Amino acid sequence: MRKILMSATCLGALSVPAMAEVSDGVVKIGILNDQSGVYADFGGKYSVAAAEMAVEDFGGKVLDAPVQVINADHQNKPDVASNIARQWYDTEQVDAIMELTTSSVGLAVQALSLEKKKITINTGAATTELTGPACTPFGFHWAYDTHALAVGTGGAIVDQGGDSWFFLTADYAFGYALEGSTSEVVTAKGGTVAGSVRHPLATTDFSSFLLQAQSSGAKVIGLANAGLDTQNSIKQAAEFGIVTSGQRLAALLFTLAEVHGLGLDVAQGLTLTESFYWDRNDESREFATRFKERTGMMPNMNHAGTYSAVMSYLKAIEAAGTDETEAVAAKLHELPVSDAFTQTGKVGPNGRLISDVYLFEVKSPDESTGEFDYYKLLATIPGDQAYADPAQSGCPLVQ
Amino acid sequence: MAHPTSGPAAGPQIREIRSAGTIRMAIPLVALAAALIAPFWFYPIFVMKFLCFALFAAAFNLLLGYTGLLSFGHAAFFGGGAYFTAHVVKIWGLTPELGLIVGTLGAAALGLVIGAIALRRSGIYFTMITLALAQMFYFFCLQAPFTHGEDGLQLGPRGHLFGVIDLGQAMNLYYFVLAVVLIGMFVIWRFVNSPFGMILRSIRDNEQRAISLGYSVQAYKLGAFVMSAALSGLAGGLKALVFQLATLTDVAWQMSGEVVLMTLIGGIGTQAGPVVGSGVFIALQNNLATSDFPVTIIMGVVFMVCVLVFRRGIVGNSLPRASGGRLG
Repeated sequence: MRKILMSATCLGALSVPAMAEVSDGVVKIGILNDQSGVYADFGGKYSVAAAEMAVEDFGGKVLDAPVQVINADHQNKPDVASNIARQWYDTEQVDAIMELTTSSVGLAVQALSLEKKKITINTGAATTELTGPACTPFGFHWAYDTHALAVGTGGAIVDQGGDSWFFLTADYAFGYALEGSTSEVVTAKGGTVAGSVRHPLATTDFSSFLLQAQSSGAKVIGLANAGLDTQNSIKQAAEFGIVTSGQRLAALLFTLAEVHGLGLDVAQGLTLTESFYWDRNDESREFATRFKERTGMMPNMNHAGTYSAVMSYLKAIEAAGTDETEAVAAKLHELPVSDAFTQTGKVGPNGRLISDVYLFEVKSPDESTGEFDYYKLLATIPGDQAYADPAQSGCPLVQ
Repeated sequence: MAHPTSGPAAGPQIREIRSAGTIRMAIPLVALAAALIAPFWFYPIFVMKFLCFALFAAAFNLLLGYTGLLSFGHAAFFGGGAYFTAHVVKIWGLTPELGLIVGTLGAAALGLVIGAIALRRSGIYFTMITLALAQMFYFFCLQAPFTHGEDGLQLGPRGHLFGVIDLGQAMNLYYFVLAVVLIGMFVIWRFVNSPFGMILRSIRDNEQRAISLGYSVQAYKLGAFVMSAALSGLAGGLKALVFQLATLTDVAWQMSGEVVLMTLIGGIGTQAGPVVGSGVFIALQNNLATSDFPVTIIMGVVFMVCVLVFRRGIVGNSLPRASGGRLG
């Protein structure tokens, strides 16, 4: 008996080296986002599905170790997010946390992950702070940020003749940041800003603001707000016939999921920026069709970005030959990104994924030929124009 | 719950009172022992979060349970305390304990202003005014540069208590948090069981009579309000230190609602109620987060069940009426 036990132990010891590159013999990825609140469509369970798809497409294993995806609903509360993230790192051997919708959560978990020496890949939060002053060697930002949105929507519309702007701005820091960076781009391109009006956060009546915007005579009305505020302003703009009377409505943060929620009747003519559209090439179509079969929804840039983030993370582990954080982070910085999300992505030294972003116009119900046929491509903005130059991002790692 | 309301046998009644007394002594001791060993069983950060909310709910209960004032603006004090503490620790470089003092005093000052205005009215009007003023504070926090808006304030490393003890160690931090919460709880207990607390209860039960007895009811109410605000601020500051962040979630009106919920689930007007209530609430919030259930809906159902089935809360219902809280 003892002999058997001994040999069993030896056998066990022998089989360890094959798995030794991967800590605890499993690669665990945590998807932490809002699954019940206002961002449940923007990310939510759809992002979890995207992450699971990436693992399946990768083969379910990396360096012979199984890959596992776990998820949690942070309910838009940074303390819940921080609590779960710590617990994942401390007791559940999670190797990386991704998605992280909302800026406060993103910043909190990225800071925590630096302390715990783990990797985060943010797709859901918008703030440029993540790859700016708050950047870390292990923190990455995929999919989009406020800079790309401003350049995409601001710059490209001016190029197309929309050279006078009026802003409808949510009255808080996020709104000011969006308005500020967009008007910078607009004036740099030779456009003018006719004025702006600030509306309180979470207001329901936009009529006086919209009338002001309408009477300003500006060609473009920029909506520097988010979530429900954007949806409400678009709905009421449709009631005032703003788009049909020739003014252009540009939402600075709006994705396919929200367009789907509003419907084409209301959203038609809206201009917006995303870094992904399902109907762009064969690869994205193939991914999106599978995604829809699984979830009933077409992916937006956050969902596709999560797929890409998980995929890139697994590729980096494979290339590094280990799941040790520093080695994987180095590979993530080094490897080009090419998958269903983008073919030409590269990662800056500040952790920013630099990929092309696109300016779209929402089709009218007549133009739309099928379910989820929502966008017309207006312009493609190359990644190095869309995103801030890492050297100028304010990231202390680059200077 | 065999509680003889009338009867010739006085023996069992006395025995019951005596055993109730022993239980009353035993419960805090058991709870204390549990708190001391809890981090070895549960995840320490989770227990710390629970402790912060227990203190917050207990501070709120001081106002609702013992003074009969329903404030719907306590998020302002909790979140305000968190912001003040986070700011002075991060920007001024103060040590954590000084940060907590600033957070507590800041929340007390806020409580003085909001209380002085809101207490000019009573009942639902009082509640609505606290809500309105707390929302004003929320929008102030949303726009004030020092809070960094929706990005929130992230603290760096946890720092050293008194400049010596490293709070980066989870266990050091845990016992620090436990000590602060116990001090807070003790203050509440002393406060409730003092002549001041008796007067507050008399105001709660019959305000007109308290006035006719010559008490300056307004001043007592304001005193209780400021006390409750200060302790809420202490809880908020503590939470900011535990999580190394202060964000808008803490000042949003939902937080005011959550503390009402915690107190209701546990039992209004009981000492242990808010602690039990916040425990249930935080455990649900954390465990449901990783499950497939929609968190907010389940919380709503729990609230409804609580209000419909056991109105005196978990603790209130398990205590006999005489020794438990009122409101049944």
